[in-house]
Amino acid sequence: MINKYRWWEYVLIYSGILLFLSFVLAPFVEAFVVSLRPLDALFSIPYRFVTDEMSFRAYIDMWSNVPLLWLYMFNSFFIASSVTVLALVAIIPAAYAFARFEFRFKNGLLAAFLAINMVSGAVLIIPLFKVMQQLGLLNTYFAMIAPGTAFVIPTGIWLLRSYLMKIPRELEEAAWVDGAGRLYTLRRVILPIALPGIMVVAIATFIAAYAQQFLFALTFNSTNELNPLPVGLFQFFGRQEVVWNELMAASLVGILPVLIIYVFLQRYIVAGLTAGAVKE
Amino acid sequence: MAAARPKTDLFPYLLLVPALVVTLIIVAWPLVETVRLSFTDASLKPETNYVGFENYEKMFSRRFPEVIARTFYWMAISVAIKMVLGTFGAVLLNASVPGRTLFRVLVMPPWVVPIAIGVFIWGWMYNGQFGMISGLAQRLHLIAEPFEFLAYRNSAFMATIITDVWIGTPMVTIYLLAAMQGVPVDLHEAAWVDGANRFYRFRRITLPLIMPAIATMALLSAIWTFNSFDIIWILTEGGPRGSTTTMIIDTYKTAISRFKYGEGAARAVMIVIFLSLFSGFYFLMTSRIAKRGTIK
Repeated sequence: MINKYRWWEYVLIYSGILLFLSFVLAPFVEAFVVSLRPLDALFSIPYRFVTDEMSFRAYIDMWSNVPLLWLYMFNSFFIASSVTVLALVAIIPAAYAFARFEFRFKNGLLAAFLAINMVSGAVLIIPLFKVMQQLGLLNTYFAMIAPGTAFVIPTGIWLLRSYLMKIPRELEEAAWVDGAGRLYTLRRVILPIALPGIMVVAIATFIAAYAQQFLFALTFNSTNELNPLPVGLFQFFGRQEVVWNELMAASLVGILPVLIIYVFLQRYIVAGLTAGAVKE
Repeated sequence: MAAARPKTDLFPYLLLVPALVVTLIIVAWPLVETVRLSFTDASLKPETNYVGFENYEKMFSRRFPEVIARTFYWMAISVAIKMVLGTFGAVLLNASVPGRTLFRVLVMPPWVVPIAIGVFIWGWMYNGQFGMISGLAQRLHLIAEPFEFLAYRNSAFMATIITDVWIGTPMVTIYLLAAMQGVPVDLHEAAWVDGANRFYRFRRITLPLIMPAIATMALLSAIWTFNSFDIIWILTEGGPRGSTTTMIIDTYKTAISRFKYGEGAARAVMIVIFLSLFSGFYFLMTSRIAKRGTIK
């Protein structure tokens, strides 16, 4: 058959995949190994991949050496969840408008939203920093949540719009004929049917919001209790004597939630993450 | 149905209000404000004066042209490697061999986890005394002594690129894989019946058909790489001696670390100009591809 490979082709493909995945996954493996090794064993020369004394000690010690670790993780979750909820409030109606209605400047507005994907927060940071300073919003959760929301909205609109376009128009028309208002129709007819699509958007938004927490928190927040995980751990990274095994342990614990979500929902997440790059 | 409604229907605009409010405040207004600030001497001082093009003149009389060149150099190398690796990865993951579903799942983690945390891990690996890369290279007798990758100009430059490649490649891979799966199977079967071998079919069928996807991804990847902040900031903060200072890093340092808002804004405006060129090019390209009829 067309997809049958000869033995050497299998060897070639599998070794290629092995090489490729090694590059992708080696850092995670290395981080895990480092987290298992005592600090003095880490600093042994020459470099060794495995040492005799491996233990999960770092996973216990890190809670006392990084006393705010729980808080960082909570903050990361709290910020990402808030961004997701706020973004959905903006995304759902906007996606519905772009999916269903004809109006002036429709294409221009959609292009303008998508153009947001082209700029990063770092470009806009100066006015944002100044205005937050003036309004006394620095060192608040709000300062980390609001800017992040704007940057996840375009991809969300794009993704949900294409989902909504697949829902047959007849459903709404039937509701209108029955005398239902348009907002009522959106709420009671469209939303229930679109729920799977909304879930996909919510998950993709959450992951994106969880991943983008560095810049805004670094710039707008200097209250350690409010720091999300990346910035919280960054303080330890910058130090002269980095407690590497605990830093790696804390990092792995910090990425575990997203990795678990990813493993279970990877099909949807990939759809969501790549949507930003997809065109008609 | 649509005809039954009045012509100036406000409902769709109302639906857009929440999204518009957020993006106007967080994106559009700061964009305009950045341009305005770039003509002022705004800093921590309470009063601000318009200074015309002084910030721009100052910027270009210093080492900024060098920073621009470095940014493009950094971006070009990174995107080139990402595209090659991504295409390579997509071809491999597209092969119908047992286990491919698992392999596809395993590709994405660098992109899913928070960038900063992935970069911490790389920071350890680049460590000269104890890091994995220096250690392995010594084992393989590639280098004689521990090498501190982030301490020297050229190696720090390459190290930040490699980390950027690591974070960006999964996305390129998955996107190109999706494009490859959109190539109609019958084309391959027809060619196969005619006796075309696998490599020939890739070169003459798959590659031409996914070319629009490759071009799109390269451009998007360029934009994202151009905007890249976390990686360089965490690994080197633009050092050693400015060797990894890209435009974004330079802007951030000027404005946020040194509080020279006006001069920082002028740099940000330069970034926006370059980004709009990329974006203009992107829209031109996608609309041209759309006209020609594209694969999904």
